[in-house]
Amino acid sequence: MSKAWEIVIGIETHVQLSTQAKIFSGSSTTFGAEPNLQADAVDIALPGVLPVLNKGAVECAIRFGLAVGGEIAARSVFARKNYFYPDLPKGYQISQYELPVVSGGRLVIQCGDQEKEIRLTRAHLEEDAGKSLHEQSGHSFVGRSGIDLNRAGTPLLEIVSEPDLSSSAEAVAYARALHALVRWIGICDGNMQEGSFRCDANVSVRPLGQTQLGTRREIKNLNSFRFLQQAIDYEVQWQIGTLEDGGRIEQATVLFDPASGETRSMRSKEDAHDYRYFPDPDLLPLVIDATWIGEVAARLPMLPAARRESLIADYGLSSYDARVLSASLDLANYYEAAVAEAGRPNAKTCANWVMGELAARLNKEDREIGECPLLPEQLGGLIARIGDETLSTNIARQVFDALWSGEANSADEVIERQGLRQISDSGALEQLIDELLAANPTMVAEFRAGKEKALHALVGQAMKASRGKANPQRVKELLRAKLG
Amino acid sequence: MSLTLEQVRRVAHLARIEISDAEAESTLGHLNDIFALIEEMQAVDTQGIEPMAHAQNLAQRLRADQVVVTDQMARRNAFQAIAPETEAGLYLVPKVIE
Repeated sequence: MSKAWEIVIGIETHVQLSTQAKIFSGSSTTFGAEPNLQADAVDIALPGVLPVLNKGAVECAIRFGLAVGGEIAARSVFARKNYFYPDLPKGYQISQYELPVVSGGRLVIQCGDQEKEIRLTRAHLEEDAGKSLHEQSGHSFVGRSGIDLNRAGTPLLEIVSEPDLSSSAEAVAYARALHALVRWIGICDGNMQEGSFRCDANVSVRPLGQTQLGTRREIKNLNSFRFLQQAIDYEVQWQIGTLEDGGRIEQATVLFDPASGETRSMRSKEDAHDYRYFPDPDLLPLVIDATWIGEVAARLPMLPAARRESLIADYGLSSYDARVLSASLDLANYYEAAVAEAGRPNAKTCANWVMGELAARLNKEDREIGECPLLPEQLGGLIARIGDETLSTNIARQVFDALWSGEANSADEVIERQGLRQISDSGALEQLIDELLAANPTMVAEFRAGKEKALHALVGQAMKASRGKANPQRVKELLRAKLG
Repeated sequence: MSLTLEQVRRVAHLARIEISDAEAESTLGHLNDIFALIEEMQAVDTQGIEPMAHAQNLAQRLRADQVVVTDQMARRNAFQAIAPETEAGLYLVPKVIE
């Protein structure tokens, strides 16, 4: 019988900062260029070059520090982290060690319907390494590796959490919350396929009730939420199995293989973590004064939690709706722009359309809200016509399609052009209903005999006769009045 | 404090410097001399003094977040003209697999 185990997880995330230029040089950070075109003398580490720190990268760090309520260091120091690898031509990575730019802070995560506060240890600025390409089709080099230094010197913010996470589900919730936040405050594009957001998970287990932490193993370079979950689940089972079989856990760095779903050890132990950090003599301490912090704070958007509260307060949305609509800054802005056009009384209808029809269509076409072909003003205009009963929900869907495909610029244009205006006018409806009643005596008799179903059938006939334009609510009212 | 030969060999390995036994011996002597100097400096009372990260008491200058426009292809050609081996814009190195 196995005993109960407690899982302890901390996460380090490498967030690629959305700057134009690299952290210590004027090279471009654009993804996907031809090899080594975006590598200048500093990036390839020619002798005699000096790194000069990019102000934009520092601002990203300040934004993050403000967003998580961390302490922004008045003075922080860059250090050399020494190790040898061909994609690191200097033989060291410029990072921060003893004095990082941000200390502390916290992130609230949502796990099921529970909220949990995760403490952050620190966030520090550093440069990325280049890429090694091994033998592969398309290259003729055999027994060699190809080095592309385009990524070398790309600014990263490494964000380290305390070991406050106790399941793979919490780890994923943390990674998702952090991913949403860095995109929200505009410091990272969040593109995981291109490696803009990569997680390392430090995982250990201990018997429930034991205060001392177990030996941890670090799973490196997880670039999807699914891999993060799978890797942690496998690692936890492996560690528990090893301990229950009487084995010991050795501290190690491991890689996750998505094909097998397993983790395997990567670096030999004696060389691990012997980076011989020391302050980089090429760089002076980074000084950030209160004035600068104040300027950055003034430009920071309202944060997700506050935005959720304001959606609830301003539009009467449920906390669930507010949470969905504040998944990203773009989505929240889209929603509010749609409401501005549709009018506040239609705020809930706008929420339903943005979370329903619009989200489904974006999902189907694999697009982000930022790539939505329908402007929020167009959607708002459509919803205004539902609100004033010009359109029934069904017809509104047709108008939505027309706007999505770009056939028309506004709902009003579609309504006029296709004559879609809902018939709510009593005179016109009464005429329609009189004809209907005359043509369907059996149904009329059935309804009078107490069959409620016959009324629905009559409404259906009215909708059909009007090609969907009759206001079904009004039709029902008029029918009852005439037959009652 | 003094170093051992084993520590000298380890530091050399971490720095990927090949040293002979004789070089390890002489390096040990040099490094121990440096350690002796450091010990002398450590006799100074530094209580309450904030450690320096740089010899100059100045703040880091910052560059604006702007890409320096340049002829990237000409630059790469110039850099790769002095590289031992290149192919398709890549620098070639002995195979590394982790």
